[in-house]
Amino acid sequence: MSVMALAKALGITLRHFFSKPVTIPYPDAPVPLKPRFHGRHVLTRHPDTGLEKCIGCSLCAAACPAYAIYVEPAENDPENPVSIGERYAKVYEINMLRCIFCGNCEEACPTGAIVMGYEFELADYRYADFVYTKKDLLVDTVGSKPQRREAKEKKKPVKLGFEVPYVRPELEGVKYE
Amino acid sequence: MIGALFVTAVKALVLILALLFAFAYITWIMRRGLARFQVRLGPNRVGPFGLLQPIADAVKAIFKEDITVAQADRLLYWLAPLLAFTFALAAFAVIPVGPDGWVVANLDMGVLYVFAASELAIYGVFLAGWASGSKYPLMGGLRSIAALVGYELALGMAILPVVLMAGTLNLQEIVEWQKQHGYFIVYQLPAFLIYFIASLAEMSRTPFDFAEAEQELVAGFHTEYSSTKFVAFYIAELLHWIVGSALIATLFLGGWDAPFGLPEIPVLWLFVKWALFIFLVLWIWASWFRTRYDQMIRFAWGVLLPAATVWFLITAYYVVKGGMA
Repeated sequence: MSVMALAKALGITLRHFFSKPVTIPYPDAPVPLKPRFHGRHVLTRHPDTGLEKCIGCSLCAAACPAYAIYVEPAENDPENPVSIGERYAKVYEINMLRCIFCGNCEEACPTGAIVMGYEFELADYRYADFVYTKKDLLVDTVGSKPQRREAKEKKKPVKLGFEVPYVRPELEGVKYE
Repeated sequence: MIGALFVTAVKALVLILALLFAFAYITWIMRRGLARFQVRLGPNRVGPFGLLQPIADAVKAIFKEDITVAQADRLLYWLAPLLAFTFALAAFAVIPVGPDGWVVANLDMGVLYVFAASELAIYGVFLAGWASGSKYPLMGGLRSIAALVGYELALGMAILPVVLMAGTLNLQEIVEWQKQHGYFIVYQLPAFLIYFIASLAEMSRTPFDFAEAEQELVAGFHTEYSSTKFVAFYIAELLHWIVGSALIATLFLGGWDAPFGLPEIPVLWLFVKWALFIFLVLWIWASWFRTRYDQMIRFAWGVLLPAATVWFLITAYYVVKGGMA
């Protein structure tokens, strides 16, 4: 126990006293996320044609370790196709209570249709509200179900609680504010 | 006579209110300050900058269930927090905050009074430890008493050179002396250091915060106290910090005297010096470890007390040989 060591300790704490706190005041300030964060899924579209990338192959459902994904394919109408292939996903549902956000669905997808996004504020009240359907997952939708509900009630735009240095290219077409 | 009594009563009331207000906000300063030392934000949700946090804490503490241990000695169990609280408050009465009338009691034996009050506050700790009827408070109380008594000796010994040089026990006159001759921190640096270290134990702050070595003793002597009785102990503990800091500022840093020839404003300069020590204690709290109990006792009896005695003899020799005159 030397006096020098004690003085050094005082110096270190004083330096910290005048540094910026590491605390993120979360609901007031956004959480900085890494670009590869595994958040709520996004079903992407081909940016040029606007057609869905998903071809309804169910490989994501097969890869899913938590059995959270349900896909029901249907034949595309050749005149007015939904996706580029022969088939498309008529029903595409992810149960967010079952999902473990491992990203295996994204790994398995042959067309890069299902991609992990950044949204993480998924807490809700009813079981049924955790089942995200196609309209909740497609790129045009911003915000989780409770977030969009709250925004609708308050008549304000959806407030996302995160920020990323850049949106990774797999999430093409997603518009995070 | 009646008029003088009334004036004193009003002064005392103002002082008590000021001290309780200081206590409420010292909890805020403590939590925010420690948080900043640990690179956190601290409580900031209640009111702007968390300034209403003390009120929220008070409401919460009052509405807690008041539990008494079945084996507790009821009377002493009640008396202990009352004693601790009262004597912690009483100690400030003789500390002058400004020239002449700016003190509640201008006692000729002011230094002795402060010591008497802080010694009596130890009874609160002792009785709480004894009356709780539980083993952790008993051990915590024993430790606290041993530590407080040990450090009280060094504290008293470190104050004697100051009293010798000033030639008075009156705190107001000690301040006047410093106003004329310069602050005691210059003449009595060793005494100041000993006094400050012993004060840390007296305030039960790091590195001598044994009363609440929570890893070993849960919460020390007030383990079995809850609700308002716990608050009384908490207030007493922080008041020791407040009063102790004010006392160091008065004894060694010239009290209410304006430094560097600045304009003299009552309260303000004592407040500035007091705030300095409050911060210093907080800083040490955030930086250092807690010493082991036996190390602490050995340090008190083996280092501080002899050092204080030697310095006292040196000062006594100097004063006898002619001193400042």
